[in-house]
Order: sequence, then C-alpha cells, then structure tokens
Amino acid sequence: MIQGELPELPCRQLVELVTDYLEDRLPPQERARFEAHLADCEYCEAYLEQIRQTIRVLGRLPEESLSVEARDALLTAFRDWARS
Amino acid sequence: MGRADSSADSVERRPDSRDDETLLEGISSGDERVFSELVSSWSGGMLRLALVYVGSRAVAEEVVQEAWLTVLRDLRRFERRSALRTWVLGIVVNLARSRSRAERRSIPVALADEPVVDPSRFRPSHSASWPDHWALGPVPWPVPEEALLAGETREVILGAIVGLPAAQREVIVLRDLEGASAAETCNVLGLTDTNQRVLLHRGRARVREALERYFDAMEPT
Repeated sequence: MIQGELPELPCRQLVELVTDYLEDRLPPQERARFEAHLADCEYCEAYLEQIRQTIRVLGRLPEESLSVEARDALLTAFRDWARS
Repeated sequence: MGRADSSADSVERRPDSRDDETLLEGISSGDERVFSELVSSWSGGMLRLALVYVGSRAVAEEVVQEAWLTVLRDLRRFERRSALRTWVLGIVVNLARSRSRAERRSIPVALADEPVVDPSRFRPSHSASWPDHWALGPVPWPVPEEALLAGETREVILGAIVGLPAAQREVIVLRDLEGASAAETCNVLGLTDTNQRVLLHRGRARVREALERYFDAMEPT
C-alpha cells in the first residue's frame, strides 16, 4: 500500500473507535483516518457529538448525599476512634 | 500511582486538590474538621458507587458508613501505594460486592466483538456503494444539552445506567459520574486498562442509545 493511503474508515468501524479516540489511545495514523472520516461524515460527527454530550451530562448528574443521621453516627465514631 | 498510566483522560478529575498527606495527618491527629469535610465531599460518590451493587438506598448508606469505619480501622495499615481516594473507593467496592447477592463473578471481560451500534443501522458490507456506512444515521438531538438533565430525559439516563450490566455500570459510575481517571478506575476495580476502556465504550454507547430511542419515540410520525 502506498504510504499515507490507508483505506477509508467506514462508519461501522468508526463508532467502535470512539472511546479510544476520546481517550487519546489511537495511533497517529488511525487518529488521522478517524478525523478525516469525521470531517466528511455528518452522521459520524453527530454520533461523536452525542457521545460527548452523554459524557458531559453523566458528569453533571446530581450528587447523592449521606443522611444527617449517618453523618452524625460517623462523626461520633470518629471521636471515639480519635480518643482510643 | 502503581501503574504507569497517565494517559490523557477525557474527563477532568474532581478538584480534590488537598493532598493525601495533609488529609492523613489531619485524620490521624483526630482533627474532626478534616474528617467531616472528607465525609462530606466523598460520601456522595461512595453512595453512587455502592448503589451499583446494592438495590436499596438504605443498604448503600450502610455500606458507605461501614466503609468509613473500615477506613478508620485500617488507616494505619494504609500503605500509600495508591491515592487515598482510590483506596477508599476500593473499600466501598469490596463491601458492596459482598453485600450484593448477585456478586460479580470474576469472569474476564471478553466481549470485544459485539458491536455497540445496531448492525442494521449500517449498509451491508457487500453493498456496491457506501458499504458499512450509515443507512440510518443519528440525527442531532432535538433539545439543547442543558435540557438533557431535566425531567424525563434525566430519568431515561438514570434508567439506562441501572440497566447496564454491572461491569459496565461500575466503570461508567467511576469514570463519568465521579470523574475518576482511567488509572484510578483500573485500580479500584482491578481491571486492565483495555478492559476498562471496552466497558466504558459499551456503557456510554448504551446510554446514548437510550437517549436516541427516547427522542425517536417522541418524533411525530
């Protein structure tokens, strides 16, 4: 194969590489192929954007928090522990 | 940091910048304020992690309390081979796993061949034109990102997380909900770097798919 002329990356494969791409784990040539496809394919672009949105939204889900009783019990336990 | 893995993480860690030494000193010297702040800032994440394994909120709280008591009990034995938070999260995982009936058996994760997108969404591989390209490509979601956190879509997301296989759920909770790094997640869960990534890949794809299905169903026909 002529250098620099890797076969085009089809959509079916691109979606499987999305996490490796986002985690920066693709070798440079693969990354270039990935980005070249992306620039030309609005569906894959939409797919990647949806994955990114998903990640951002997951990171903003409301936090859980411990009940006041559980917290108080822990602080009491801490005091006992510190004294021992 | 045991494993030499400092790959660029796509998600920033939470700003827990107080370093472990300060925390450990504070706790060891019986400084209640240090302990209390730590309980406040870490318990939320610990609860979410416990909820991966145990069905009820009440049991998850017990797990978190037990984890903190274990931390106090074993603090002097903490060897600092990992970050304090990694060690604490590992304790939560161990306790929660042993509480849960459906304890995850240590079957190696070997499912790399299953596609994350329904194969029928693509044109056939033997197709004369555009083989393996989208036949039915995704369309941008009809709401701004902000709206995804509101009302029904939030329920869709939470439902999708609950519906994930446990191995994917624990990775997505640590990585995407708690903002842990890949290396930390591998440490806490005892996963290889590759398996961690495969599980994350599948988990995220499923949550995206759940949102897509929700929006598709809303489309006027």
